[in-house]
Amino acid sequence: MNLNATVLGQSIAFLLFAYFCMKVVWPPIVAALEERKKKIADGLEAASRAKLDLAAAQEKAGEEREIAKQEASEIVEQAKRRANQIVDEAKEQARAEGQRLISAAEAEVEQQANRAKEALRAQVASIAIAGAEKILQKSIDEAANEELLKSLASDL
Amino acid sequence: MAESNGDLLYESGTEYVSHHLGFLTFGKLDGHWGFAHSAEEAAAMGFWAINVDTMLISFMLALGFMGFYYFISRKMTSDVPGLAQNMVEMIVEFVIESVDGAFHAKNKFIAPLALTVFSWVFLMNAMDLVPVDWIPLSAQLIAGDSHLYFKAVPTTDINITLGFATTVFLMVIYYSLKVKGPMGFANDFLMHPFPKWYLAPLNLLLELPGFFAKPVSLALRLYGNMFAGEVIFLVIALLGWYQLPLHFAWAVFHILVITLQAYLFMMLTIVYLNQAHAVDH
Repeated sequence: MNLNATVLGQSIAFLLFAYFCMKVVWPPIVAALEERKKKIADGLEAASRAKLDLAAAQEKAGEEREIAKQEASEIVEQAKRRANQIVDEAKEQARAEGQRLISAAEAEVEQQANRAKEALRAQVASIAIAGAEKILQKSIDEAANEELLKSLASDL
Repeated sequence: MAESNGDLLYESGTEYVSHHLGFLTFGKLDGHWGFAHSAEEAAAMGFWAINVDTMLISFMLALGFMGFYYFISRKMTSDVPGLAQNMVEMIVEFVIESVDGAFHAKNKFIAPLALTVFSWVFLMNAMDLVPVDWIPLSAQLIAGDSHLYFKAVPTTDINITLGFATTVFLMVIYYSLKVKGPMGFANDFLMHPFPKWYLAPLNLLLELPGFFAKPVSLALRLYGNMFAGEVIFLVIALLGWYQLPLHFAWAVFHILVITLQAYLFMMLTIVYLNQAHAVDH
C-alpha cells in the first residue's frame, strides 16, 4: 500500500463530481420531489375540502327541502281558504240576488194590484154614476157634480 | 479459477493472491515513464505515479452513475415516476433523510456531496462482487500481456479511500474556518473539553490527535474492510470446485458489507461536516 498521486486524482475527481452533482443533477430531482409532495398535499387537502363541501351542500339541500315543503303546505292551505272564501262569496251573492229578485217581483205584484185597484175604482165610479143617473133618470150636470163624484171615488 | 490459469501464470497460491493485489501503476522509473512490472517497481516510482487500474474503474463508475443521474434528472416528472426515476428518487430521499438527521446547519453542498459519496463508494465496493478474475483477465486480454496487474476494486486501493477522506478533511477545515472563523476554530482545540485557559495545552493534546485521526480512520476503515473482503474472495478462488458455495456465501455476506461501508462513509462525512458547522457546543 504505497501512496502515490492517485490520491490527488481521486480528490480532484471527487470534488468535480460532487460539484457537478450539486449544480446539475441535484436541483431538478429535488424540485420534482418537492413538486410531487406539494401535489399530494394539495390533492389531500382538496379531497378533505370536497368532503366538507359535500356535507355542507347536503345539509343545505335538506334545509331547502324543508322550507319548500313548508311553503307548499302554506300555499295549499291558502288555496283551500281562498276556495272556501270564493264559495262563500258566491253563496252570499246568490242569496242576495234571489232576495233582490223576490223583492222586485213583490213590488211588481203590488204595483199591478194597485193599478187594478185604481182601474176598478174608476170603473166603480162610472158604474155608480151610471147607476145614479139611471136612478135619478135625469141628466145631471157632470161639471156641477164633479166634486161630489171625486170624493165618492176616493171613498171607495 | 486458480486452476484454469494457475498452470501457466501462477506457481503458487501466494503468487496468485499477491498478483491480484498488485496495481497497474504508471510512473517514472530510472528516467523512463512506463508501467511498473512488480510491486517493487511500483514502490520505487515514488509519489508521482498513478494507479491506472483503480483510477480508471473509479472514473468509469463515477461517469456511469453520474451520467445515469444526469439522464434521469433531465426528464424528472412530478407525476407518476418510471422505474429508473423511482430508483433515483429512493436513493436521493434516503440521502436527504440521512443529511436531515445528522446535519443541522444550512449548506446546499452537503446533500449532493453525500449522494456522490454514497453512490460512488457503493459502486466501487460492488466491484468486489464481480468474480475476482473476470476484470483482470479481460484487462490482460485487451493489453495482450498475461502478466498485467489489474486491480478491479478501487476501494481496496488506499489511495482512492484516502482521496475521499482527504477531500472531506479539507472541507472540514474549510467550513470550520468559514463558519467559526480562525479564532472559533482554534477555540475548539484550546477550550474543549475543559473550558479553562490554563488547561489549553491539555485540551490541545486531547483534541488534535482526534482531529487528525478523522481522515485516517475514515480512509482506513473503508480500505481495511474492502481489502480484507477481497483477500478472502481470492483465497476462496484458490479452492477449486469448493469455491462455488463458499464464494456464493461470502458474496451474499459481502452485499451487506459493501452497503454498510458505503453508508458509514456517507454518514461519517455528514457528521464530520456537521461538526465543522456547529458553532455552539
